[in-house]
Amino acid sequence: MKLSRVSRQFGGLRAVDDVNLEIEPGEIVGLIGPNGAGKTTLINVITGVHTANSGEIELDGQRITKMKPHEVANIGCSRTFQIVQPFPNMTVLENVSAGALFAAGAKNIRESREQAMEYLEFVGLADEAEKSATALPLAGRKRLELAKSLAMKPRLLMLDEVNAGLNSTEIDGALKLIQAISDRGITLILIEHLMKVVMSMSSRIVVLHHGKLIANGTPAEVIEDQSVIEAYLGRRFAEKIAKEKNGQMT
Amino acid sequence: MKKIAIFVAIVALLALPYFGNNYIVRLATVMMMYSVLALSWNFIGGMAGYPSFATAAFFGIGAYVGAILQANGIFFGAAWFAAGLIALIFAAIMGRAILHLRGHYFAIASLVMVEVLREVVNTNDQITGGGMGMNIPILKISVEASGMLFYYSMFVVALLTLATTSWVYHSKLGFGFRCIQQNEAAANMLGVDSTKYKTIAFSLSAVFVGMAGAIYASWVNYIEPPDVFDIFLTIKPVVMVLLGGMGTVFGPIIGAVAFLALEEIVWRNFLTIHSALLGLLIVLLVLFLPKGALFFDYRQFFRGRKK
Repeated sequence: MKLSRVSRQFGGLRAVDDVNLEIEPGEIVGLIGPNGAGKTTLINVITGVHTANSGEIELDGQRITKMKPHEVANIGCSRTFQIVQPFPNMTVLENVSAGALFAAGAKNIRESREQAMEYLEFVGLADEAEKSATALPLAGRKRLELAKSLAMKPRLLMLDEVNAGLNSTEIDGALKLIQAISDRGITLILIEHLMKVVMSMSSRIVVLHHGKLIANGTPAEVIEDQSVIEAYLGRRFAEKIAKEKNGQMT
Repeated sequence: MKKIAIFVAIVALLALPYFGNNYIVRLATVMMMYSVLALSWNFIGGMAGYPSFATAAFFGIGAYVGAILQANGIFFGAAWFAAGLIALIFAAIMGRAILHLRGHYFAIASLVMVEVLREVVNTNDQITGGGMGMNIPILKISVEASGMLFYYSMFVVALLTLATTSWVYHSKLGFGFRCIQQNEAAANMLGVDSTKYKTIAFSLSAVFVGMAGAIYASWVNYIEPPDVFDIFLTIKPVVMVLLGGMGTVFGPIIGAVAFLALEEIVWRNFLTIHSALLGLLIVLLVLFLPKGALFFDYRQFFRGRKK
């Protein structure tokens, strides 16, 4: 996927500001940044919920800048929501089969249910298939979101804080799952606040701040980056750390 | 079990005109008409979750298209069919325009369609007769025969609507409607083309209502704008579907029958305050049967409340 000079404004606020980014197939890219940095907006622009005011977005050479959400979904680009969005009056299985039916091109409802069952087994929800989606606890709903987006057979999957609100055991389970998804050859973008997760999972980290892309590199490079420390901790603190470090060296 | 019940019901309804008097046949025709309206509203309001108040608009269009065509010498069957088609096209075009609105805003926009159409028909009096109304040529057959003709015609349209409902309910289309009803943003993200699906739902809610409107016009021989663009034609189907069960296949029919029974029995006796009773009925429905009669837990009710 390739983003060139993508911007999105809301009134006077440049929520996404001139972002250039290339993602190779099979990568796991961590997308981080302070609250309000424009991470979710960037995902919304890619998936067509908002259209970019300027710039171009390509997926495998295909221009998707002006596409609507359902069109983006149909060409293999899916996402999970930060706030889980199940269909409340459907069973877990029906929720997942919707993804298989509408985005992955299952021929009929029966086939979509069969495919959905596979993904439920994959995320470990097979036993809850006939339960109502609202009966699941938070960790289960996050898994349901994952199964739903996987059933769409995406090439690119954007995970918007799938680990938020989970306890540490649940997070370990989620991490294994994310790794397994990546092993299937799906390109991943992880939006994440938990540094432990991003650092261990991502092959590359991209940092957004005030809508601008301020750093792009390996996890080790990014945490050393002056502008990233500034963005998270403020400039004065960053300078202080830098001084201390230099002091130690000399 | 279900299939046998349906079969018995169909046979009984087919045989009805041979046993009932004219009053029964008239009532049964109204029942079929109400079923068409309720089933139709169920597509957009029940399955897709868009509270449409446009039923009267489609009914009026159907009635006037049918009347105008018949006044110009077109065979009544063809006129009824054309009326459904025109209502469908109208809904598809209007749907494109107003289906991006949600909730109350969509409800108001669809309600405005009824009001505007009534005024349009009122002012174009060369074609429609305006406030003077329109006469539809009376068929040269006996009263009993024409009663049966209109009953069976409404019956066929009702069966068509029911068959379509059943097919949609079990197909990808209906699945898409349910996704949109429950969470439109998530549905979009899963690849549901919601604009297309909503437009189809809205069009489905128009086509059979248009036909029923045209049959109604031929049946009563005389129509005028306040009669066929009547706001009650918009509200009644909603109440029926609420009564029976939103988004289900048989709920709307159960609701239509129950509503007609209420209308006949109760309202005959409370003629002056029947509007107030309609309001009361809606309030009671929302309070005690929020999901409709089909979802009412009868066993629990008769056992007495838990806790």
